[in-house]
Amino acid sequence: MNAAAILAAAREEAYATPLDTLDMSDPARFAAGKQLPFFERLRKEAPVHFQPNGLYGPFWSITTYKDIMATDTNHKVFSSSHGITLVEPRSEELKAPMFIAMDPPKHDDQRKAVSGIVAPGNLANMEELIRSRTIKVVEALPVGETFDWVQRVSVNLTTQMLATLFDFPFEDRNLLPHWSDVATTVGLDEAAMDAREAELQKMLKYFIGLWNQRVNAPPKTDLISMLAHNPATRHMPPREYMGNLILLIVGGNDTTRNSMTGGLKFLNEFPGEYDKLRANPALIPNMVSEIIRYQTPLAYMRRTAIQDFEVGGKTIKAGEKLAMWYVSGNRDETAIPDADRFIIDRKNVRNHLSFGFGIHRCVGNRLAELQLKILWEELMKRHPRIDVVEQPTRVPSSFVNGYLSMKVKIPA
Amino acid sequence: MPKVTFISHAGKAHTVDVPVGTTVMRAAVDNGVPGIDGDCGGQCACATCHIFIEPEWQAKTGKRTEAESDMLEFADGTLPNSRLGCQIELTAALDGLTVRMPEGQH
Repeated sequence: MNAAAILAAAREEAYATPLDTLDMSDPARFAAGKQLPFFERLRKEAPVHFQPNGLYGPFWSITTYKDIMATDTNHKVFSSSHGITLVEPRSEELKAPMFIAMDPPKHDDQRKAVSGIVAPGNLANMEELIRSRTIKVVEALPVGETFDWVQRVSVNLTTQMLATLFDFPFEDRNLLPHWSDVATTVGLDEAAMDAREAELQKMLKYFIGLWNQRVNAPPKTDLISMLAHNPATRHMPPREYMGNLILLIVGGNDTTRNSMTGGLKFLNEFPGEYDKLRANPALIPNMVSEIIRYQTPLAYMRRTAIQDFEVGGKTIKAGEKLAMWYVSGNRDETAIPDADRFIIDRKNVRNHLSFGFGIHRCVGNRLAELQLKILWEELMKRHPRIDVVEQPTRVPSSFVNGYLSMKVKIPA
Repeated sequence: MPKVTFISHAGKAHTVDVPVGTTVMRAAVDNGVPGIDGDCGGQCACATCHIFIEPEWQAKTGKRTEAESDMLEFADGTLPNSRLGCQIELTAALDGLTVRMPEGQH
């Protein structure tokens, strides 16, 4: 089935499903690429929707742009300290605290320990390196034969970037996307979760080795050195180091990877936009924001109410958890005209929800945009047309909205 | 219509005239002045319209709100005269306002 046929079937299913049984946290719907019509219906009929029997427990779904913005910016009522995904840790000991899942003031101090690496001055320093690596990858792409875009381009480029940010041994860099995939594969299967924990222990051990090198050396501008030398993070317990590593690895890798794949997919689905881009590559910076909106690489962020609070006419009670579905708010027609269309010269294109808003807003958002911008600039100079030859396979997750593989071909 | 002048990090000045009630952020974004992003559309939720107020204008532009301080906390290169452009509405009293921009919005 092509994308349009999948959506048409999903829309029929969405409007036939009783709302009281609808559980948007179910990964199966995302794996099949059927989630969007369900959100369309929720926005119209139950924009703030309670599911008492969710796969990971009872939770609220917040689905409109306006309600998501109001919730995301109200960090005093909607806490992050109970986690940012709907899945609960298996025990207190197995929790891995990370600064995105903390409230002020600890969140603020830890975030500031690393934010300098993606500040404007440092981005300017990294631009040349990113461009030279991108050119190498783009120039090596085969012409006239089918290959997997996800591994060859998206994973390859984001892995190199992440290795640089950590000053991670370059020859071992493929461990990073491996650990990223391990960290984001969460579920209810105990044996699989034991195996995940064992892999994360290996990750921690490797990174403790790097920490021990850096903590005794003069401070440098890599993430490990920054964490090892900042008073807010230098005495972190090992599980908190693990949590922050997961945050930086997933945040610095998975998200951009899936936008790199999504962009090419959308240009193929909207050939008129691909024509526009070929006629005017100066649209690339604007297109990058549109790709990030249209993909929404993280489908939601979770919050937990610390007091009763009304959202969109419904009272969320203290202790209840909610998902702010960015993937839905980014398709909300009342905030974004023609939201289901991919439009590379869209007005107010930067107003999308994909990075979140408020104090937890994505710290690496400018680096992500820079990587995507450079990729498209270098692609358009060399390969102005790349065909997607098969529907991509999707990650089975309601949190990571992404792709496992996508077969493409550059016409000879 | 009040005039507002934006001075880029590199020192280049852009002056625009806007209707009373326009925010400093919208004045830049709607007139294509580079260096202000306004990612959240004026909700005080992102700090990508970070500006520095020239000393002579500080009394007239007023003080930061708490939400504004929360966001500026995470902006790059925040100074005591940092504000978010979306939180300052242009009035006749602010005609001639001059603001400086940071190296980049983050």
